[in-house]
Amino acid sequence: MSKNQAFDRRAFLKTAAAVAGVASLPNFAFAQGAKIRIGMMLPYTGTYAQLGVAITNGFKLAVAESGGKLGGREIEYFTVDDESDPSKATDNANKLVTRDKVDVLIGTVHSGVEMGIVKVVRESGTLHINPNAGAGAATGALCAPNIFRTSFTNWQPAYPMGKVLADRGIKKVVTLTWKYGAGEEAIEGFKEGFTKAGGTVVKELYLPFPSVEFQPLLTEIASIKPDAVFVFFAGGGGIKLIKDWKAAGLKGKIGLFGSGFLTDGILEALGDEAEGIETTLHYGDGIETPKNKTFRLNYAKTYKLQPDVYAVQGYDAGLLLAAGLKAVKGDMSKKKELYAAMENVKIDSPRGAWTMSKAHNPIQDIYLRKVVGKENKVTGVAHKALSDPARGCKMG
Amino acid sequence: MDANTFLIQVLNGIQYGLLLFLVASGLTLILGIMGIINLAHGTFYMVGAYLAFSLSQYFGSLWLAMAGGVVIAVAIGLALEWLLISRLYHRDHLYQVLLTYGLILIFEELRSVVFGDDVHGVAVPEALRASIPLTETLSYPVYRLWMSAVCLALAAGMYLLIQKTRLGMTIRAGSANREMVQSLGININLLYRLVFALGVALAAFAGMIAAPVASVFPGMGNQVLIVCFVVVVIGGIGSVKGAMLAAILIGLVDTFGSVLTFRIGGVQLLPELSGMMIYLLMAAVLLARPEGLFGRRG
Repeated sequence: MSKNQAFDRRAFLKTAAAVAGVASLPNFAFAQGAKIRIGMMLPYTGTYAQLGVAITNGFKLAVAESGGKLGGREIEYFTVDDESDPSKATDNANKLVTRDKVDVLIGTVHSGVEMGIVKVVRESGTLHINPNAGAGAATGALCAPNIFRTSFTNWQPAYPMGKVLADRGIKKVVTLTWKYGAGEEAIEGFKEGFTKAGGTVVKELYLPFPSVEFQPLLTEIASIKPDAVFVFFAGGGGIKLIKDWKAAGLKGKIGLFGSGFLTDGILEALGDEAEGIETTLHYGDGIETPKNKTFRLNYAKTYKLQPDVYAVQGYDAGLLLAAGLKAVKGDMSKKKELYAAMENVKIDSPRGAWTMSKAHNPIQDIYLRKVVGKENKVTGVAHKALSDPARGCKMG
Repeated sequence: MDANTFLIQVLNGIQYGLLLFLVASGLTLILGIMGIINLAHGTFYMVGAYLAFSLSQYFGSLWLAMAGGVVIAVAIGLALEWLLISRLYHRDHLYQVLLTYGLILIFEELRSVVFGDDVHGVAVPEALRASIPLTETLSYPVYRLWMSAVCLALAAGMYLLIQKTRLGMTIRAGSANREMVQSLGININLLYRLVFALGVALAAFAGMIAAPVASVFPGMGNQVLIVCFVVVVIGGIGSVKGAMLAAILIGLVDTFGSVLTFRIGGVQLLPELSGMMIYLLMAAVLLARPEGLFGRRG
């Protein structure tokens, strides 16, 4: 062997030391540079598709306002269309958690689907932010440190309407909704508030989800002649009910009230059929705070659409995640600190500032709104800083 | 429930039943006369609804949309029969199930590609937008009354066609003995093609007139298909008379099931179990009379 090819021990040792040094750098240095994997599990088809899109838009707007990064890290999105189908819920959630290994799961709209997600994330420990589904159990009996909600429980917006109606001297009410989790919980909330304030729910009417054959039930309501009717419907079902209500001649004869979802996001599709309908919700049109005005302007500019309560909830999910990741500087392995930051957050939301309850549900103001033209005009606050009772939750 | 409300609920039930009859009549015709199990029947109902939605936007009028839609539906029926269904007459029912199930999947995808997946509404035509006051609180939409009238007219038309015309006689003969009719010199293939197209057109037309009251959404065909089969099973396969009776019965059971309250012991049966009522009815009929109310024995 010639001298040039001689094995230079020093050069070798130097290189080996350098390689060993690089290899032993703590792992999170790689993780820090790595993108945050965010799973979006929402309905992009079917009766709630519009809501899925609005939530996604709101979330991405919050991320964009935070510079496109959360906790200093870039984002990679993984999307699954859950079709609002509870039977496919666990499979879809597993697609994101097991196959795509997401760090956060954002979803969903339908309460039945949400229960599937809750089951999966309780086992996997994946951080889960719920930007809509109001199933009480998610922050109730099945609450968990890694589950957060930025929307409402089905009970929450319905409960204050009870006192509102009782205060107006309304004594007999008939309720009507789809027979599924969200509908039943909303009616329960209204019933609790209404009976507490001295009213009586004379009959509870249900139809199977997502049937919209209201005719026999409207006939029944007309024969009972209650003082008012309280309903829970959303999306296409809400449009149909309001139209059928008018076609059956009940508009103006019996008061129609609802949880705000009845009239949210659908006023464009209606003419004057919805005029005057009053609802309670944690958002409405005409909230004159600077935050809301800026939000609405930015949303309309970015998406050429008017935002609704679903967009606000998606936006707040983005704010919540941003706040949490900022506190841990993007290091998602620091779970305790991350969850603590998210629990103690005060969200400066377009709906008004709100805080997180011990069960990880918003403590927020519920507004009374009335349909005026194509808007749900806020006419007052039905209940200040209302917190869901979180029955069965063992946290905090 | 007072007398007035009872009568109005009967009206509701009959109106719903008549619409069911319209959709199910095509299914029972195809099954009874051609012996074909057409799982895609609900899909044709959906096709009709989507045609109503898109054509009414294109023409600006639901009437023109319906006319155009029926023409398109007949064309689709003729084409499908010629290309696919005609090859299955001598095959086992299982092949028909497989083929028509495949058609369901194909049409659902086509619908998703062409129309998207949103829920749509179709406006009730101006002329039918009024409501007739029935009691001091309740009015009845004229459109629903019109729908029932149309269903009755079509039912009468079908009866006349099948029982009183030469064509109807040939169809009935063909369902009893296909080969004999063919050997008598009648073009049975063309006949079957027409019957299939008629069945498809009936389903599509039902979808079109129901669109303003039912909304237009993905999967609407599947819900209707199940109820259609219940109608056909209860009424008897191949019997249009049976389909009418069964449909009205189902309409009434479904309507009253959702508003009555009925409990046994401490168990609230109605309206909690209203979703099951029509299937319980079907089970009861099958136990008493397995071939359906007007089905052929054996």
